[in-house]
Amino acid sequence: MQRLGLPVLLLLLGLGMGCGGGSKAEQPAGGTDGTGVAARPLELEIGPIKEKLQLGPVDPTLAEQGKVIFEQKCTSCHKLDMRYVGPPLREVTLRRSPEYIMNMILNPEGMQERHPEVQKLVEEYMTKMTFQNVTEQEARAILEFLRQAAGEE
Amino acid sequence: MRHRAIIWTALGGLSLLAGLFAGCPATKMAADQDAALKVYVPPGKYDEFYAFLSGGFSGQVSVYGLPSGRLLRIIPVFSVNPENGYGYSEETRPLLMTSNGFVPWDDSHHPELSQTDGVPDGRWLFINANNTPRIARIDLATFRTVEMLEIPHSGGNHASPFVTPNTEYVVAATRFSVPVPQRDVPIETYKQNFRGTITFVKVDPQTGRMDLAWQILMPGFNYDLAHAGKNVSDGWFFFSCYNSEQAYSLLEINASQRDKDFIAAVNWRLAEELISQGKGQRWSAEYYHNWFDERKQMAFSERKTEVIMLDPKEHPGLVYLIPCPKSPHGVDVDPSGEYIVGGGKLATVIPVYSFSKIQKAIQEKAFEGEIDGIPVIRYEAALHGEVQKPGLGPLHTEFDDKGFAYTSFFVSSEVVKWNPKTLEVVDRIPTYYSIGHLMIPGGDSKKPWGKYLLAMNKITKDRYLPTGPELLQSAQLIDISGQKMRLLLDFPTVGEPHYAQGIVADLVVQRQKKIYPLEENEHPHAVKREQDARVERRGNEVHVYMTAIRSHFMPDNIEGIRVGDVVYFHVTNLEQDWDIPHGFAIKGGTNAELLIMPGETLTLRWEPKKPGVYPFYCTDFCSALHQEMQGYVRVSPAGSNVPLAWNKPGQ
Repeated sequence: MQRLGLPVLLLLLGLGMGCGGGSKAEQPAGGTDGTGVAARPLELEIGPIKEKLQLGPVDPTLAEQGKVIFEQKCTSCHKLDMRYVGPPLREVTLRRSPEYIMNMILNPEGMQERHPEVQKLVEEYMTKMTFQNVTEQEARAILEFLRQAAGEE
Repeated sequence: MRHRAIIWTALGGLSLLAGLFAGCPATKMAADQDAALKVYVPPGKYDEFYAFLSGGFSGQVSVYGLPSGRLLRIIPVFSVNPENGYGYSEETRPLLMTSNGFVPWDDSHHPELSQTDGVPDGRWLFINANNTPRIARIDLATFRTVEMLEIPHSGGNHASPFVTPNTEYVVAATRFSVPVPQRDVPIETYKQNFRGTITFVKVDPQTGRMDLAWQILMPGFNYDLAHAGKNVSDGWFFFSCYNSEQAYSLLEINASQRDKDFIAAVNWRLAEELISQGKGQRWSAEYYHNWFDERKQMAFSERKTEVIMLDPKEHPGLVYLIPCPKSPHGVDVDPSGEYIVGGGKLATVIPVYSFSKIQKAIQEKAFEGEIDGIPVIRYEAALHGEVQKPGLGPLHTEFDDKGFAYTSFFVSSEVVKWNPKTLEVVDRIPTYYSIGHLMIPGGDSKKPWGKYLLAMNKITKDRYLPTGPELLQSAQLIDISGQKMRLLLDFPTVGEPHYAQGIVADLVVQRQKKIYPLEENEHPHAVKREQDARVERRGNEVHVYMTAIRSHFMPDNIEGIRVGDVVYFHVTNLEQDWDIPHGFAIKGGTNAELLIMPGETLTLRWEPKKPGVYPFYCTDFCSALHQEMQGYVRVSPAGSNVPLAWNKPGQ
């Protein structure tokens, strides 16, 4: 049984491998495409935010909504001014693009799996971030709160 | 090189010899490999069916994937489960309240899936408690027990919890007849004082909530199993009963005197009509109805005191008895609803009744007498025919989608395939050993998925690596897609796999709940923001409003607790992603631990007995820093003036 079992399993393995498909090659991260034109940032490939956001001046009402959600769903791990479970977020909008922040909130699993900048943070902090069941609108409000916290106007 | 050649030649010779001695090993190996491929579900892939197996004396339900036989989950139902705090947490304890007080265990026998139009719909699973008579409902969106209804005027709820084709009702019938209503009488007055009852429980079509609709007062027999009619027989319900001798000692001998016992046919549509006309008598009763409110995340108990009782002798046409050889167990209705199969466990035949003949017999009054005012239909008048010499000890029958019936035989330890129309046996296969019930996904419904049959066996000696005197029981997966049945897989089970239900996986997968959204959490002690975590004292009660997220509790330093205090830890898991539970356990806790799902609040009661500092920690490996997820409670002597204090976020 065992001696014949191996060839059968190998055969199965062969069939599986022959089927093609598998995981698609990763997109190259950031940088240029060789023509000197900036390639699409990688974060636009990971999560529901797929286009550059057009942000106007900070909307204080939206920021206030974002603050409530931030306090409910984020502050267990993130403070504005101190390192906690995750990094301090006071100046996150100065360090990261709005799309990066939104996709990090909306698809943390994907970002941690594929984005090299996020992977560096995982190595540093060791606790993986998870989705906190917020809608795209709520994530946008959190972004507005973070912009306000960073002193953007 | 030469050396190697000699070895190869010798090996070749040996395998040839082995082949000669073992009969035809190549064929056997090919068959084994074929069976292995049929049950092989690659890592990361889903099984085609869910199978819900009762745990018998474990009081639980275990959920397996078929065809792989992989254990997916154990659902605590009637038995407390310290592993996740079920039956220990303040939120779940009310589910196990009964008229006998808190009953932390039971004997769970028959799972039954809810049905829509006679087909399992993947919404709820009902299961009976055989000991302290109850029906439980499990919500298949969460795989949790969410409701429990105690059955009054019952000595043990065995013939239960089978459903009508649209889950209008779920039934119960007593295994042990008892004085009804209960009272102190000599046991030898059995014939005068002991009665059986059949109970119909209404199920709300939207919420699944159960409500005892009526009971029927029956002769003092033992009621064993049941099934609803469907299609042509829709509106009727059939119950098997044994001990028509009405013996009350040494039933093994004294309840096996008569050649035939009975199947009781109940016209439940007529009962429904009688109830709506206000017929029936109000009887006092004592029973509990317990339910889990998912919004409040808490179970509630209500003690009820009345039922409506229908007495068949006052309501002609409500119940008929049909003789059935001998001490029947299963009473199983084929997908068309026309054939009703009795599983006479001491009989040498399988009787198959015809619903249309039963109706004709009723019209023509083809009765042989009556018992307690209930007409007894002549056996031959109701009979379609008998399967002759099918095997020894027929117990239970289910059906495939090609017109065949499959019956389990306990004594001869086999499954027999036969044709309900022609009554011919077409195939048989041994089981290892002593099969009780069998299950085909949808096999008791209008549309069976006739691909696999699961045999549930009581005895497993020599089947697996030995584990001392106590061995697990087993299930065996049999391929029924072809003409001949084939054994594919053999796996041990949890408790006694008394009976099971199966359903195609998609119907359940599409209803899965992954988290409890914090926005919907209406638990009175929930904390939805870490900033709101706190400790409050009310006399000698201390309430800790605690949050958990990877990987810390808030607060995680608590002082000012005194010996003599009763501490309630209300822990809310603030995570909002799938599969991130946190545990909570405190040193010396005499209660249990908690396992808290994302967005859920659970409460553990703790009464510290000695001064000292007590660590608490997360028991479910939650992150790389899980081992750091801990805290301390300082307990001071009774009367101490150490102030109540706790740390705040960021401290």
